[in-house]
Amino acid sequence: MRVLSWLYLAVAYAFVFLPVAVLVAFSFQDGRLPVPPFRGLTLEWYAKVLGNDDLMAALGNSLLVAVVSSAVALSLGFLAAHALARVRLPGSALMRGVLIAPMTVSYLIIALGLLTVFNYFGIRPSLWATGIGHVVINLPLCFAISYAAMGDHQRSAERAARDLGAPEWKVLLLVSAPMLAAPLAAAFFLSVTFSWDEFIIAFLLTRFDVTLPVEIWSMLKSGLSPATNAMGSLVFLVSVTLVILLEILVFRRAK
Amino acid sequence: MTAGVSIQSVFQRYGSAVALDAVSLEIEAGEFVVLLGPSGCGKTTLLNIIGGFAEPTEGRVLIGGRDMAGVAPKDRPTTTVFQDYALFPHMSLRDNVAFGLRMRGVSRAARAARAEAMLALVGLEGRGDRRPHELSGGQRQRVALARALAVEPEVLLLDEPLGALDLKLRRNMQEELKAIQRRVGTTFVHVTHDQEEAMAIADRIVVMNAGRVEDFGPPRQVYLHPKTLFTAGFMGEVNRIPVVGGQAPFGPVPVPDGTLCLRPEAITATGSLHIGLCKVEDAAFFGTHVRVHVAPLTSPDLRLVVHLPQAAVPEVGAVLDLGAEAYVVLQA
Repeated sequence: MRVLSWLYLAVAYAFVFLPVAVLVAFSFQDGRLPVPPFRGLTLEWYAKVLGNDDLMAALGNSLLVAVVSSAVALSLGFLAAHALARVRLPGSALMRGVLIAPMTVSYLIIALGLLTVFNYFGIRPSLWATGIGHVVINLPLCFAISYAAMGDHQRSAERAARDLGAPEWKVLLLVSAPMLAAPLAAAFFLSVTFSWDEFIIAFLLTRFDVTLPVEIWSMLKSGLSPATNAMGSLVFLVSVTLVILLEILVFRRAK
Repeated sequence: MTAGVSIQSVFQRYGSAVALDAVSLEIEAGEFVVLLGPSGCGKTTLLNIIGGFAEPTEGRVLIGGRDMAGVAPKDRPTTTVFQDYALFPHMSLRDNVAFGLRMRGVSRAARAARAEAMLALVGLEGRGDRRPHELSGGQRQRVALARALAVEPEVLLLDEPLGALDLKLRRNMQEELKAIQRRVGTTFVHVTHDQEEAMAIADRIVVMNAGRVEDFGPPRQVYLHPKTLFTAGFMGEVNRIPVVGGQAPFGPVPVPDGTLCLRPEAITATGSLHIGLCKVEDAAFFGTHVRVHVAPLTSPDLRLVVHLPQAAVPEVGAVLDLGAEAYVVLQA
């Protein structure tokens, strides 16, 4: 039985990670096609990818959109969560529901909706438009994480801060937000990873300046190449780094 | 800095429920006042109204002669020590204590010095770099006290601050609270349901019940000469004996009609209000006294609780001649 369970674990991990492992392995392929047989190791494709200005510009764009849209989504989500957790309003439950609802809508539908609305108002597809789209998809996540983290402990600390003379914005900035540092950082990093590899919204809402997933997609149109694998590996590396940072900075400290 | 608090016919209603019913109090500057009562008596509601966390439905609150209507907690000359301490967990003790000064625009160096001085006042000198989670409950309570006092409030409000501490620590903290209050001279308004705590620290005790003030006076007066039966019972154990037409169950008594209230320790062998011969039903040694139940021979159904001196060794069945040294007669 013990052997079987280990075997099951190995198979499960292989199922999840084999595609990534293959992708990474063939990014070192010394040949023109990222398919077996494996012909030997080379860093040529990485050099090529890192020397490609379009790709590097797209990488910069992606980082910019991810960080800015996540910061905006987190600020708005945190403020909304704080208000709905602290103040009793008529229809609070409905407001919470409406804020979280976009999570259940497919990115394609959100992208099409935004495209229509932006067209109507004469807003051109751009990184800004994509950033707004990413705020739309990440706001519900940031709201839900912030809202779940708010508790009575924090409420009484906020009360003490007001009692000691803090105006409301200082209560938020000096007490509420720092007390929730760990969950807020988790929400931020998750938002960044979601924005980082989001494709459909970015594809429909960018034109000349594109994000990395869109650039990779246009590379794929010209056929398979180990260069695409190299780029994919780099993207994967960034995501993994974010997750490790999250683990070290947030969850370790929370313990 | 210290100021008196004037509470003028304050009502607090939540729907049809009345939390405070025509409460009027004059608290003097520099006084240590304890609001005492069972849970739900309105004492915390009254504290919240003084602190500005709730607005009274009716009535006025004046602090230092100024009407506090519509004044937010942050703009009142009051600070609060909360029951759950409500320290800021992400700040050092120094930053916790200095928070109020920071809000008042005091420079970093000045407030750090003041925070250290306040920590020293509560016996935590040199621990400014610690975090709240490194402290015991009693130490957290001290930090909360230092934090509230650092801004030199005119009135300090304490919401059951010792409720979470164990008995021994609570007694120590009571003495310390009293000493600190004398030192800083600030008006303290302290909420508790523990009548021993109230007597240990208060200059005057406000006894509250069902939203009303039952009694207001120094501990000695409230304990020995309660104004109501509720106060008599809440301040400590009491024997209640009905008196009708000058007759108590055990015989004639020279007091007006009503309920004769006798504290267990006021019943002695030499008391002037004569009860007569009583049979000892049971006795138990309590350390500071011997607690016995007795029944007067003239009225065997009446049970009196008597605290005899430590040295007394009453046998069950023995007959004692007892009288009361101090008593009050109250109308129901």
